[in-house]
Amino acid sequence: MYPLLTDEQRMIIDQVRRFVLEEIIPLEEHLDPDASELAPEDHDRLVAMVRTMGLYGIDIPEEFGGPGLDVKTRALLAVEMAQHRAGLYAPCYNVFGAAGLAQLYEANDDQKERYLYPALRGEKRGFFGLTEPSGGSDPARAIQTRAVKDGDDWIINGAKIYISAADKADFGILFASTDPGKGRAGITCFIVDTDMPGFYVRRVVHTLRSSHYATELQFEDLRIPSANILGEVNKGFSIANERLSRQRIPYAAACIGIAVKAQEMAIEYAKLRHTFGGPLASRQAIQWMIVDNELDIRTSLGLVFAAADKADRGEPFRTDAALAKLHSAEAGGRVVDRAMQIHGGMGVTKDLPLERWFREMRIRRIGEGPSEVQRLIIARDLLDGAYH
Amino acid sequence: MRLDKPWINLTKETIAKLPGQLGVFQLARKDDCIFYIGYAGGHSLFGLRSELEKWREKRGSEETQFRYEINMQYMTRHQELLMLYVAEYNALPIENTDVDSHRLGRLRPA
Repeated sequence: MYPLLTDEQRMIIDQVRRFVLEEIIPLEEHLDPDASELAPEDHDRLVAMVRTMGLYGIDIPEEFGGPGLDVKTRALLAVEMAQHRAGLYAPCYNVFGAAGLAQLYEANDDQKERYLYPALRGEKRGFFGLTEPSGGSDPARAIQTRAVKDGDDWIINGAKIYISAADKADFGILFASTDPGKGRAGITCFIVDTDMPGFYVRRVVHTLRSSHYATELQFEDLRIPSANILGEVNKGFSIANERLSRQRIPYAAACIGIAVKAQEMAIEYAKLRHTFGGPLASRQAIQWMIVDNELDIRTSLGLVFAAADKADRGEPFRTDAALAKLHSAEAGGRVVDRAMQIHGGMGVTKDLPLERWFREMRIRRIGEGPSEVQRLIIARDLLDGAYH
Repeated sequence: MRLDKPWINLTKETIAKLPGQLGVFQLARKDDCIFYIGYAGGHSLFGLRSELEKWREKRGSEETQFRYEINMQYMTRHQELLMLYVAEYNALPIENTDVDSHRLGRLRPA
């Protein structure tokens, strides 16, 4: 399926594929179909195995102790790591480690000591606070959370919504308006400790994902020292843009992983299941669905690899990453939908992972920038930014 | 959002009327003191009915009452109910020894 790989890439892919088949999938048989966490003893055992493989902290940059994978290898692994029931949002139940928040790699030394390094050691957890009740796709205009300078501190008032893991976090980064008249150029990024007075997790927001909720936050006279400004005042949106675009490529690749597995299941079932005297696989309607699936998978892979290759060569890749994300999220959803149709009644039950993938793939078209925003980015770049 | 439906006695008859669907439930003593918050997940044979039947067999029906909610988001709703309980009482329900409080989030409802 993957052309032009190096021997090293092939070896790593084989290793991770075996890991998923031999270590992850057998454990899932004993978990609730919507579970996203392993029992602590299983988690720790698998983390130790991943460390032995030299792949722990897979998304941590090499200079901070990560394995230093190039973007293409990382994307290939994302395809493999997603190929199990929980694989889209909890690939391998996170035993390959977390990278922490991309913005923290741009923090100053003091902030790195207080937040980044403890997060990389697994001692502290962070959240990312951008979206507000007034919107998320156009944050420059939507951000109404206000930070006002008060001596050496800033006083923050406002609210955030759809924020993951804030209720379990020790700290978070949040964006607030520090110069409301300036739009994007008036937003500042702050690091907040969740035990600071005035920080409240007000409620849980349930979503299509049964094992993961978002939260709604409120800030009431939350006092933040200036030392907790990440980057510069009014330049909150210029932090880590390239890292964030880079993350979009494995995000797209994970959608393909699910699609690959769904297609594999659809083909197997079409050969086994007989209707009206013959296997489903002999029906043209089914054959065409399988062909359309393959087309969606291969075009997505092509776009992901094109973006990854450009990023690895050091060329601008923002448009390519947007194309990969847009196409993989939409195509992956179509593949799961067709696989479900081929499975008939069984496809919509919790006996198979398809119903979970169906729900979670729907979120993929919205998370990490919705399809419409990806189209906006692509159109702007193709039209030289001339038409807003 | 709290679960504040009326309590139902945990008897064979009331359980027989329950749906076989996925969802969450609370168990309480006669004085309304909640001692367990659970859910009927994807592996429950008859959903809420079989989960509550297990408790009826374990606890008898004289002193126990329950309330439930059909919910496809049973895992996050279960966590939400536990967090709301902890926010109010600063501890988990006494029989929720199956939950690691360190892995639970912290809520401060308005």
